[in-house]
Amino acid sequence: MPTVSMTVNGQQVSREVEGRTLLVQFLRDQLNLTGTHVGCDTSQCGACVVHLDGKSVKSCTVLAAQANGAKVTTIEGLAKNGELHPVQAAFKEHHGLQCGFCTPGMVMSAVDLLQHNKSPTEHEIREWLEGNICRCTGYHNIVKAIDHAAKQMGS
Amino acid sequence: MPDGNIGQPVKRREDQRFLTGKGRYTDDIHRQGELHAYFLRSPHAHAAIKSIDTSAAKGEGVVAIFTGADMAADKVGSLPCGWTVTDRNGQPHKAPPHFPLARDKARYVGDHVAMVIATSYAAAKDAAERIEVDYDVLPANTNTAKFAKAPELHAEAPGNLCYDWVLGDEAAIKQAFAGAAHVTKLDLVNNRLIPNAMEPRAAIAEYDSGTGEYTLWSTSQNPHLLRLILCAFVLGIPETKLRVIAPDVGGGFGSKIFAYAEETACVWASKKLDRPVRWTGDRSEAFLADAHGRDHVTHVELAMDKDGKFLGLKVDTVAAMGAYLSSFATCVPTYLYATLLAGQYTTPVIYCNVKAVFTNTAPVDAYRGAGRPEATYLLERIVEVAAREMKMDPAELRRKNFIQPSQYPYQTPVALVYDTGNYEASLDAALAMIDYKGFPARKAASKAKGKLRGIGFSSYIEACGIAPSAVVGSLGAGVGLWESAQVRFNATGTVSVLTGSHAHGQGHETTFAQLVADQLGIPYENVDVVHGDTGRIPMAMGTYGSRSLAVGGSAIVRACNKVIEKGKKIAAHLLEASVDDIEFKNGAFTVAGTDKSKTMAEVAFTAYVPHKYPADLEPGLDETAFYDPLNFTYPAGTHIAEVEIDPDTGVTTIADWVAVDDFGNVINPMIVEGQVHGGIAQGIGQALLENCVYDQESGQLTTGSYMDYCMPRADDLPSFKVGLTTTACTHNPLGVKGCGEAGAIAAPPALINAITDALGVMHMEMPASSEKVWRAAQAAK
Amino acid sequence: MYDFTYHRPGSVGDAAAALGKAGDGKLMAGGMTLIPTLKQRLANPSDLIDLGGIAELKGIKEEGGALVIGAMTTHAEVAASALVKGKIAALAALADGIGDPQVRNRGTIGGSIANNDPAADYPAACLGLGATIKTNKRSIAADAFFKGMFETALEDGEIVTAVSFPVPSKAGYAKFPNPASRYAIVGVFVAKTGSGVRAAVTGAGPCVFRDKAIEDALTGSWSADAVKGSSASAGSLNSDIHASSDYRAHLIGVMAKRAVQAAG
Repeated sequence: MPTVSMTVNGQQVSREVEGRTLLVQFLRDQLNLTGTHVGCDTSQCGACVVHLDGKSVKSCTVLAAQANGAKVTTIEGLAKNGELHPVQAAFKEHHGLQCGFCTPGMVMSAVDLLQHNKSPTEHEIREWLEGNICRCTGYHNIVKAIDHAAKQMGS
Repeated sequence: MPDGNIGQPVKRREDQRFLTGKGRYTDDIHRQGELHAYFLRSPHAHAAIKSIDTSAAKGEGVVAIFTGADMAADKVGSLPCGWTVTDRNGQPHKAPPHFPLARDKARYVGDHVAMVIATSYAAAKDAAERIEVDYDVLPANTNTAKFAKAPELHAEAPGNLCYDWVLGDEAAIKQAFAGAAHVTKLDLVNNRLIPNAMEPRAAIAEYDSGTGEYTLWSTSQNPHLLRLILCAFVLGIPETKLRVIAPDVGGGFGSKIFAYAEETACVWASKKLDRPVRWTGDRSEAFLADAHGRDHVTHVELAMDKDGKFLGLKVDTVAAMGAYLSSFATCVPTYLYATLLAGQYTTPVIYCNVKAVFTNTAPVDAYRGAGRPEATYLLERIVEVAAREMKMDPAELRRKNFIQPSQYPYQTPVALVYDTGNYEASLDAALAMIDYKGFPARKAASKAKGKLRGIGFSSYIEACGIAPSAVVGSLGAGVGLWESAQVRFNATGTVSVLTGSHAHGQGHETTFAQLVADQLGIPYENVDVVHGDTGRIPMAMGTYGSRSLAVGGSAIVRACNKVIEKGKKIAAHLLEASVDDIEFKNGAFTVAGTDKSKTMAEVAFTAYVPHKYPADLEPGLDETAFYDPLNFTYPAGTHIAEVEIDPDTGVTTIADWVAVDDFGNVINPMIVEGQVHGGIAQGIGQALLENCVYDQESGQLTTGSYMDYCMPRADDLPSFKVGLTTTACTHNPLGVKGCGEAGAIAAPPALINAITDALGVMHMEMPASSEKVWRAAQAAK
Repeated sequence: MYDFTYHRPGSVGDAAAALGKAGDGKLMAGGMTLIPTLKQRLANPSDLIDLGGIAELKGIKEEGGALVIGAMTTHAEVAASALVKGKIAALAALADGIGDPQVRNRGTIGGSIANNDPAADYPAACLGLGATIKTNKRSIAADAFFKGMFETALEDGEIVTAVSFPVPSKAGYAKFPNPASRYAIVGVFVAKTGSGVRAAVTGAGPCVFRDKAIEDALTGSWSADAVKGSSASAGSLNSDIHASSDYRAHLIGVMAKRAVQAAG
C-alpha cells in the first residue's frame, strides 16, 4: 500500500493507504478527525468540505493519495488558541446551526467564500452555498451568520 | 437581566462542540474489535426469494453472512407497528409481518435480503456482490391510487388494504351537503417525500458475554422506545440487558423515531459473533430504506352557504403505507390527520374516510408534521379554491369562518378540543407584515416586467404536545405518551437534568437549562442537560410531534417542583422553622415574614452532607417526575407567501414569506425562530422541489440520490419574516405549545396558493416544478 | 469503490506510458465525475492515472489570437482569470457556473470535455466557440470531437492537453439548471466568430449539438428578438422527470435569447 504524507491542521502526518482511500476516510478513520462528515455519496451535500492547500474541496471526492504533500485544514484546525474563527463565532451568535451535522462543511465553505469575497451580498452567499445542504435551518441564519462574519472580519 | 432567563435568546451551548468538530455522532464512535455490516438489498420491487447462495461470498475478511432464515431459526420477531387502528367494521388493521431480513419475498427495492459482516466495510460490500440470490420477479405496484387492482403484497392483507377507516357521521355529512348553496371540489395528491436528515442512519451494537448486556449506539430520536420495541417485540432481550445510546444525532424529522431492520440486525449479530457490529448507511441506502413521508391521494369537498360560511367537509383519502408497516405508520393518516380537518374553522360537520394501502415502496411513516401537513394542505387548498369560486378575498373567507376567542374550549367535530387561540390576531399580523394592501401595486410592477405575481395564505393549526395517554390509548396506541424528567442536585450545587426528550438539532441543552435555572433560581451555567441514554435516564418516550417542551419541559417543571418541596423540608430543618412557613423565591428558601433564609445551593449541600439531619429527613436532592399531558396543544398561525413567476421558463421565485405563529409562551425565541425557518424550508421543499418518484414500470426508485431528488438549497429560498402572537396553552405548567413542525405544516398550501394565484389556475400538484408552472402559464396566455 | 493502483505521473509522456502499461487503466483529471462513479462501483479500473501532478497541463495563455487553456486548469482558475474575462467573458462566466465552488476548485476543463457528459457546460463553449482540442497526439476541431453521449473522438491512450478558443467578437452563455443536480437541463452558448455565428446546445440532447435555426436567425440579425426557436425536434431531445422534451425544446429558445442578451 502506498504511503501518503500531508500536513493536517499544521501537523505532519504519514500513513499507508489503499489507492481507493478517500481523503475523508483518511481524516476520519486514520486520523480520528471526525468533525468532517459524510452526508451523501454523490458529492453534493458538502458535509465533508475541508481546505486543501487553502481552497475548499469535498473530501469525499478527493483521494487521500491526491492530497499527498498538501496542506489540509479541517474544522478541528480552524479555531486558533481556543478562540473561534470569526465564521464559527458568527454561526454561534446567529444560530446558524441546529443538528450540527452539515456545520463543519458549511463553516469551511463559508471561510473559503470570505477569502475570495470580503463583502458578499446575500445573493452571493446563497449562490456560494450551492454545494452545502442543510436540512435544519432553512439557511436563513446561516446566511445571516456569514454576512455578519464578513462584516466582523472587514472591520 | 442575567444570562439564561426565560424569554431570552440565549446562545446555544451545544454549538461549541458542533462548530469545532467535536460533535460525537454514532459513526464517530468505535469499539475494540468491531466488525462492519453491509446489507444486501433487493434490486426488485417485488420478488419471491427462491434461494440465496452465499458460498462464493465467503472469503477474505468476511466473518458471517446472515439471511432471514438465520433470524427465523433464532426466533427473531417481526418489527411491530405500535398503533392499532380499528377499521370501519370494528376490525384491527391488517398487520403482515415485517421481518428485519426478508424471508420469503422482497417487497420493495431496497428491502433487506442478507447481512454481510466483515472486518472492513469494503470487504463486506465486496462480499455482498458475490452473493447469488435466485429471485422470481413478480409484478409490482408503486402507485398508491392503483392499490386495489395491483398484485397482492401480503397474504394477510387482501386487496392490499391495511384498513378502511372512517371518522364522522355519514348521514350528517350528506345532510350538510344537501343544504349547501355552493360545493367546492378538489382532487389532490400529497407527494411522497424522503426525509433526508443530513446524518445518515447508523448503529453500533456491542455484546458483553460476561454480563449478558448489550449496548446499542443508534441514530435514534427516542432510545427508550427503540429499546422497548427491540426487547419486547423483536429480540426477546430483557430491558435490563439492553442499553440504547443515541449520542449526537444529525437531524431526524421523524425518520429516526422508528425501529429499523439494520440496527435490529446489528444487535442480534453482536451476540451471535460476540464482536461489536457497526453499520453506517450511505445516502443511497437512506433514499431506499429510511421511512418516507406523506403519499396521499385525496378527494375533498367543501359545502358552504351563500355567504361562504362552511357547512361541511368531506374527505376521501388513499394513504400509502409502503411495503410494510413502519413503527407508527397506521396512526399518521388517521389520528394525526383526520382529527385536524377542522383547522381554524367552525365547520360543523366533517367526514373522513381513509384507506391505508400497501404498495411496493419503502415504508411510509411520520415525517415532520406527520398527518397534520396533509390535513392542512387539503384544507387550505380547498378554502383557497372556494374563495376563488365564490369571488371572495381569501383572507376574508378565512376570517369569516374562524373559531372566535370567545368559543374556547372549542369542541371540533373531529374529536379534538382546542383549549385556546386567536386566529384573527395572527392573520392580521401577517397581513400587516406582508403589506397585503400593497399587493396589487406589486403585482402590477411584476406585470410590467413580464412577470406573474401571486399571493397565498395558509392559516394552519396543528395538534402537538403529543399526547395524552388516555386519549391515545383509547384510540389504539400501544404506548403511553407521557415524558419523564429527573432533576438531580449535586453536592456542589450544580444540577443534572436527565430528560427523555432527545435533541437532534432542537437545542434542548440550552432551552431546558434556561427552564431549570428559572424554576430553581440558580445560575444557568450550573445546569447540565443529559439526554439520549437509557442507561442514565428514567424510562422515557422521546422526541416527535413537537412535544419536547410541552411534555418533556412540563415533566422537568414537575421534577423541579418536587425538588423545591423537598428543599423546603431541608430549609425548615436548617432554619428551625415549620415547613409550612418556608417560601421559595428567586433561588432562596425564606421563613415567611423574616429575613432568615438559605440559598438553594446551601440546601443542596446539606442534602449530601446531612450531618445534623433528623431521622425523618431523607438525605439527597434528586427528584424524578413523569408528566402526562391533559390535552394536545394547538399551535396555530398564518403564513403568507408571495411569489413571482417567469412565464418564459416557469421558474418561481419566492419574493416574500411571512410567518406569524402562536406557540404559546416562548423560552428561547432565537431557537423558536430557527425551528420555524427550518420547517418552512421543508414545506417549501415539498411544494416546489422535492418529490419521491418510483418508476411505474420497474418499481425502481428514480429519485435515488441528490442528482434527482431535489433538496432545497440556499439559493432556492428567501429570508423569512417571522412573527409571534401569543395565547398561552391553558393545560400545561409552562403555557407552551411547541414549534418544531409548524413551518412544514403551514408552508406547502401557502406556496401552492400563491403560485396558482399568480397563474390564475385553481390547482397544481406538488411539487410545482418549473415545467408544470410553465405549462400553466402558457395555457393561461 | 473497488481498489486500484494509483499513479501520479509528472509528465504527459509518463502518463501515457502508465496508461499503456495498465491492464485497464483510467485517466483522472479533477475526479469530480470519476470519483463519484468509482464510489458507486460503476467502474472498476485496474489503475488510476492522476494527471494532477503534471505542470505542463496547467495554465491559461493567449497564443495567436486564441485563448489556450491547459487541460488541468480548474473551473475556478478559468472563472477568476483576468485574461479569460478580458478576452472571452462568457467563458469565465460559464466556468463560474459549473457545479458548486468545491467542484470548481477541483474540476478541470480537460476532464469535463473528455467525459462529455451530455449536460456539462464546457462542451457547449467548445462547440459554440469553434475551439480546437489539443491532445498528446493531434489537434481536433470541436465539431469533430463530441461524438455522442459520453463519447468523444479521443482514442485509447490519447490525453487532452489543452483547449484553444478563438476569441470571438461576441459570446454569451445561458443555462437552465436541473434543480436537483444543477447540471444543465438546457444550456445554450452563442458566439459571433471569425467563421460566422455559432450556437451550441448542451443538456437538451444526448450530446452537445449546434443549432442551425438559432445560428441562421442570429446570422440574419444578432439580437435576442431574432431567435425564434430551435432547429431540434422535440423528439430528438431528452425527456426525464425534471423536463420533458417539449419543455427542453422551448427552453432552448429562451436560453438562446438570454445568451444573446448576456453577450451584449
